[in-house]
Amino acid sequence: MRVFAVAEHRRGELNPISIELLNLANSIKGDGTSEAIVIGSDVSAYAEELAKYADKVWKIEDESLAEYNPELYVDVLMQLFSKEKPDIVLVGNTAMGSEFAPYLASKLNAPVVTDAVGVDVSNGIKVSRYIFQGKLMVDVLLREADTYVITIRQGVFKEEQEASGGIVDAGIKPSVTPSRQFVGFVEPEVGEVDISQADIIVSVGRGIEDASNIELAEELASLLGGVVAGSRPVIDNGWLPKDRQVGISGKTVKPKLYLALGISGAFQHIMGMKDSELIIAVNKDPEAPIFGVAHYGVVGDIFEIVPELVEKLREAKG
Amino acid sequence: MKIIVLAKHAADPESEIHVGSDGKSVDERGLIFDINDWDRYAIEEAIRLKEAHGGEVVVVGVGSKCEDTLRKCLAMGADRAIKIPVDTGLDSYQTAEVVKEAIKDENFDLILTGLMSQDYNNALTGIILAGMLNIPFATAVTEIKVEDGRIAAKRELEGGLSEEVTLPVPCLLTIQSGINEPRYVSIMGIKRAKTKELREVSVSPATKSLEVEKMYLPPVKKADMITGSADEVAEKLIEIFKERGLL
Ligand SMILES: Cc1cc2nc3c(=O)[nH]c(=O)nc-3n(C[C@H](O)[C@H](O)[C@H](O)COP(=O)(O)OP(=O)(O)OC[C@H]3O[C@@H](n4cnc5c(N)ncnc54)[C@H](O)[C@@H]3O)c2cc1C
Repeated sequence: MRVFAVAEHRRGELNPISIELLNLANSIKGDGTSEAIVIGSDVSAYAEELAKYADKVWKIEDESLAEYNPELYVDVLMQLFSKEKPDIVLVGNTAMGSEFAPYLASKLNAPVVTDAVGVDVSNGIKVSRYIFQGKLMVDVLLREADTYVITIRQGVFKEEQEASGGIVDAGIKPSVTPSRQFVGFVEPEVGEVDISQADIIVSVGRGIEDASNIELAEELASLLGGVVAGSRPVIDNGWLPKDRQVGISGKTVKPKLYLALGISGAFQHIMGMKDSELIIAVNKDPEAPIFGVAHYGVVGDIFEIVPELVEKLREAKG
Repeated sequence: MKIIVLAKHAADPESEIHVGSDGKSVDERGLIFDINDWDRYAIEEAIRLKEAHGGEVVVVGVGSKCEDTLRKCLAMGADRAIKIPVDTGLDSYQTAEVVKEAIKDENFDLILTGLMSQDYNNALTGIILAGMLNIPFATAVTEIKVEDGRIAAKRELEGGLSEEVTLPVPCLLTIQSGINEPRYVSIMGIKRAKTKELREVSVSPATKSLEVEKMYLPPVKKADMITGSADEVAEKLIEIFKERGLL
């Protein structure tokens, strides 16, 4: 099989998902090839890095490709694929990849699956993924087609297989003027507290129920000498400022203690805290996925456990 | 501005999730359905755009049981609703296909959808629809402005970073949570909205892009569980903090 992987880079850095896509490509290609595609204005350095893991690297370079644009990406990929026929196209399930890949699939009339964590090519194309925010898994069998498009969850295919591919300039230029224009990046807001520097984080999720209950977490955090952070719904609801959000679209933290209170443990949250030294989760649902990353777990109500903990810590401090 | 919003009547991942007896579906018992959380933000955004710039908001639902969600959107302020009573399950190609057919005579400027559905988490329908309609699009949008006939949208990237893009109309945007604060509607409000038009369109998908082979519980590495009364749990947690030198 010819398995293509579309590399991703932003602001001069190659996203590690690019290598993970090639790891997967190498494990499913059989006697075929793993081929990386890298698109941009000057991609030589990325191409050299990718060549260590791919049988071949296709460069698509043009001034107008300096910043990612889904219309241009799909245009140049369609040009490449009209000559070089892929069996499978792998794309990272990132803000960038999850955007253009389904559009590309619709243009290729290709079956598409997002956020895959397993790809089995032994008997048709079978893809495993999570549904219900991590609560269930599903295996889907894709209809027979010339090409399949699959976006891949980050951090799953880490096992590297070295290769030494040649780098080829595809000689492709965009054939359209995009109707969508890139204006610029918008930097994250900087607040008073940088949670990524904290040793102890008391993190609250939707289970905290209301802005007025944040105080309880603040109290616990101050007794522990830590700071309060939260999952996305807590920030979306305005209960904590944006710079307190832990996760893929917030901050990545690695404190000595991460206390997760009423957080279910969706993948996008876990990506931001899984490397914490000690993770303790309190959740009333025994099946909550957070218990999959926590070192210690408590099945219980945070409104019973936390006040008790606060009281005991106060006593201990005298 | 004429805005179409796709709203899904979707099972809440926080309700009771069990695999059905066929091993390929979710057991409907224990599931609580409501408007997909991301679509709540999309419908709110559409109504705000209409309030600011005039026009019409048409909400489209796919699914034999989607009426409650459509009524909720009407109560929030949508002008009319289109129900497509087919169940497309995990196959987003089918969903996009029937929506495309149902809105073919609507001269829209903008289509808004949620970033993804809270049940199947595909994040596909909107983008495939944009592909089928050949219109520009942007995903994970957290801010929309209308400027000189173009749409300026802020898109969420990773780590708190965003990008700003502009698009001509018609275009399609998928909405990320937190873009606004969706208004609350009462049961009375939903009853009052009963007089608004809810039209059923019967279209069926011609293609099938995938088949579910198996649904199952994910394998989890389990944490060490601390049990006991709240008092005992607090006691044990403090011991752990002490052991780790955290106190
Ligand atoms: C592109 C994208 C980016 C995202 N980025 C992020 C991100 O950066 N960070 C992030 O966090 N999320 C992010 N999300 C959202 C993510 O998918 C989840 O929706 C979110 O993490 C859920 O937050 P939660 O666990 O607080 O809420 P829920 O999933 O609703 O879970 C609440 C939990 O609280 C428990 N609970 C309720 N009451 C109590 C109680 N009294 N005592 C104990 N337990 C209780 C429940 O059992 C449940 O497990 C992103 C999503 C997308 C699509």
